[in-house]
Amino acid sequence: MNATIGLAGHTYLTYLATALQVLAVIVGAPFIVGGMRQVRARLEGRAGGGIGQPWRDLHKQLRKQQVTPQGTTVVFGFAPAVVAGTALLIAAILPLIALGSPLDPAADLFGVVGLLFLGTVALTLAGLDTGTAFGGMGSSREITIAALVEPTILLAVFALSVPGRSANLAAIVSATADNPGHLVSPGSLLAFVALAIVIIAETGRLPVDNPSTHLELTMIHEAMVLEYAGPKLALVEWASGMRLTVLLGLLANLFLPWGVAGADPSVLAILIGFVAITVKVAVLAGLLAAGEVFIAKLRYFRIPELLAGSFLLALLAVTASYFFATPTN
Amino acid sequence: MLSGGLTAALGMAGVALGLSAIFGETRHLKISWLLPLVGVIFDLGQVGGFFVAATGAVSIAVGIYAVGYAQREHWARFPLVMLPLFVAAMLLVPAAGSVTTFLLAWELMAGASLVLVLSEHQREAVRSAGVFYAVMTQLGFAAILVALVVLSAAGGGDAFATIAAHAGGLSPGTRTAVFLLTLMGFGSKAGLLPLHAWLPRAHPEAPSPVSALMSAAMVNMGIYGIIRIDLQLLGQADASSHWWGLTLMIFGAVSAVFGVLQASVATDLKRLLAYSTTENMGLITLALGAATLLSSYGAHQVAAMAMTAALLLILSHAAFKTLAFLAAGSVLAATGLRDLDKLGGLARRMPGTTVMFGIAALGASGLPLGAGFVGEWLLLQSLIHSPHENNTLLALTMPLSVGAVALTTGLGIAAMVKAFGVGFLARPRSAAAAAAREAPASMMAGMGIAAAACAVFAVAPVLLGPVLSHVLTALPSVGGREAGPALGTYLRLPGIAGSMSPGLIAAALVVAVILALGLARWGARHRPVAATVPLWACGADSLSSKMQYTATSFAEPLQRVFDNVLKPETDVEVTHFAESQYLVERVTYRTLLADPVEQRLYTPVVRAVTIWAQWVRRAHPGSVHLYLTYGALGLLIVLVIAR
Repeated sequence: MNATIGLAGHTYLTYLATALQVLAVIVGAPFIVGGMRQVRARLEGRAGGGIGQPWRDLHKQLRKQQVTPQGTTVVFGFAPAVVAGTALLIAAILPLIALGSPLDPAADLFGVVGLLFLGTVALTLAGLDTGTAFGGMGSSREITIAALVEPTILLAVFALSVPGRSANLAAIVSATADNPGHLVSPGSLLAFVALAIVIIAETGRLPVDNPSTHLELTMIHEAMVLEYAGPKLALVEWASGMRLTVLLGLLANLFLPWGVAGADPSVLAILIGFVAITVKVAVLAGLLAAGEVFIAKLRYFRIPELLAGSFLLALLAVTASYFFATPTN
Repeated sequence: MLSGGLTAALGMAGVALGLSAIFGETRHLKISWLLPLVGVIFDLGQVGGFFVAATGAVSIAVGIYAVGYAQREHWARFPLVMLPLFVAAMLLVPAAGSVTTFLLAWELMAGASLVLVLSEHQREAVRSAGVFYAVMTQLGFAAILVALVVLSAAGGGDAFATIAAHAGGLSPGTRTAVFLLTLMGFGSKAGLLPLHAWLPRAHPEAPSPVSALMSAAMVNMGIYGIIRIDLQLLGQADASSHWWGLTLMIFGAVSAVFGVLQASVATDLKRLLAYSTTENMGLITLALGAATLLSSYGAHQVAAMAMTAALLLILSHAAFKTLAFLAAGSVLAATGLRDLDKLGGLARRMPGTTVMFGIAALGASGLPLGAGFVGEWLLLQSLIHSPHENNTLLALTMPLSVGAVALTTGLGIAAMVKAFGVGFLARPRSAAAAAAREAPASMMAGMGIAAAACAVFAVAPVLLGPVLSHVLTALPSVGGREAGPALGTYLRLPGIAGSMSPGLIAAALVVAVILALGLARWGARHRPVAATVPLWACGADSLSSKMQYTATSFAEPLQRVFDNVLKPETDVEVTHFAESQYLVERVTYRTLLADPVEQRLYTPVVRAVTIWAQWVRRAHPGSVHLYLTYGALGLLIVLVIAR
């Protein structure tokens, strides 16, 4: 049992792996977003802007004027940094490239979910802070979805923590890697579907929210951040890309934990881990983008039904993992 | 000044006494002359000490706050006298060592709080809330009275120590009766469903320092009663308490979800906080139930985790709810408003109060960096780590409980974002909110103490470790046989590979936010000078503050999603111009969100009681002769029975 993973002495290579994870998320997130847009564009018969386009946008926005809307407070000013900060912290906690991040014992999966919501709350408060109809509308919708997503996420965490007997990520991932039979168990499959749905909801992808819409009646995330411009907008977009990337990475390593370097990695293992997670996230993102071509956005008041469905799946996942549990040692 | 100082001094004495009882010997005190026959017995053990200390801590913050508040609000002399008396009564309840003393202190507390609720009795709403509170608290008292009388009759004595010695020999019927009656009585004090209805009435109408005392300290006495009587005196960690644990869990889960749902659609700031109290008491009861259930299946280690979670939740709730009510009080004093739909823009006018309420709201939402996070984390860990092999009951209750806790947390976040975002951010929605004034120094100091406590719970629960482990040893029936979770820099769970470190998360988050701010500095050299610009108004001239989302509109999606539970009454009236069907002159939207439990359950009962009272009234025609006959008949019946 890897109970003490991450608690043992860290070599400088573990720190290196964690730093590489954070750096990879910072640099890679815009490429993932660009790649998804490109896949979509090609499938729809357009040329697309290329996978580097989000980076070019960031570069442009970061050189624009800092603009503060009248009457906003520090909440509006700092929310993008809080969202980006939580995403970076999650990137440092998750076992993306290697197990046993120095922060692994500091925050388990519940902590990660909490941090994710902290980011969401910061943005919703910023939306309310503007005092416009759009800001309030986006915040209200976003927080409603977040409130309904929470039960599914926590139940999925529960289902995942049953085999490893721990909610700490390194323990979950290594339990799956040691015992791949779990993956095809009904509990694990149901948990995968439930978690995928909530990740789609949390990152504002179709069918919950359309990231490319700017039509007032339908937008959620975009309405909330409507008042942001220039460098702050750049940070918001960067942060939402990073959230998407780390969550896809989490999904990938929870259910396909191969290639992840151990708790005490060598340089080669880190390189393999890096390549593995890049490929996994890229493939998942591509699949997500391809799937989005075929579906339309749900009506807002149908979303609770989708989330209720995913809650049910998560509940079944937990009960299934209870009843079909195979003893681990 | 004197009243607030006295309250704070009593609070300090309470904290000192409570801590000495937790760490030292049990303290006894018997005053025989005060009550005939039995005397007054005080007996402060670890559990009592814990509650005395918590109440005392709340009182310190409230006492200091009350100094400025009473001046600003021109309090009359009467509530000033009652405030320290109320605190003293609350400190006596957990210290009581016998049934008589307990009941005496309990009534003193109920009476003092009732008088304080009525301090602004000129308003109709206050009087109605007072009547509601008086009736419900007396009904609860009657249930407790009967339960404790039965208990002391069967337990062979009046003192709790005697009852504890005889508890093993009680018949199952007595135990069940006492459990159900005390659950009803203490549950109504703690605001558990369906006996919560006084809470959202009395807490908003009481003066804010009193609301803080009631919501953060007095409701805890209900939990204390359940722990002391049911879990400590009667508790047995065997199969007979399966259904006790299950009952507590069900009441807890239902109260938590219902409370938070009402909080998330409430538009009155103090009513929202009162419902949030029901929610938190529900979570605590759920944790108590889980501890009972788990230890009845022999999982003492996990039960100890659940019990520690309950104790931590009690403390953190006391801290953030004190702060929230005090901040709401300073908003009320500054603007005269509790209605979120009319507030807004306070962040500029009252920055200190805004920060204080923000800390409280973060604590109440159970997010990392907030006071409530550690307790909820422990509760969830104890639920997911229950031993489930071949145990259908646990395999079904635990996932459902996790779902209930998670839904509670999710909706709690929505409620707190609404309270803080709509109430304090954005632009003022009324002239009164636009003219708000920051609270005076003593009020800020009172809030500062509560905020400091919130910060300790959020990042350094290590300081509470010794207190909690001492209290746990006094509760053998709910996990006290095993060591609880270690609350070091890393919170470690015994026997389970799970750990968390709220302090490290906070520090790492600060580093990460600085890193993110650094990323945003990229290209800063090329930027033009920063500017402040008007908001985007879709090309219109200007935005009026009426165009903002209000608390009602913010919660509207949730209200629609939970339509079946909330049963809102909404009408929309559209008036058209006479000339054309297509031109709208005016739209009136009215929505009424009453408490559905209150309407379904209370209204029929009240109606039945009224009808019965009308019927009985016929026997009182005012004739003295008839009354004398009643008296003679009554005496005859008594004589026949007593023969």
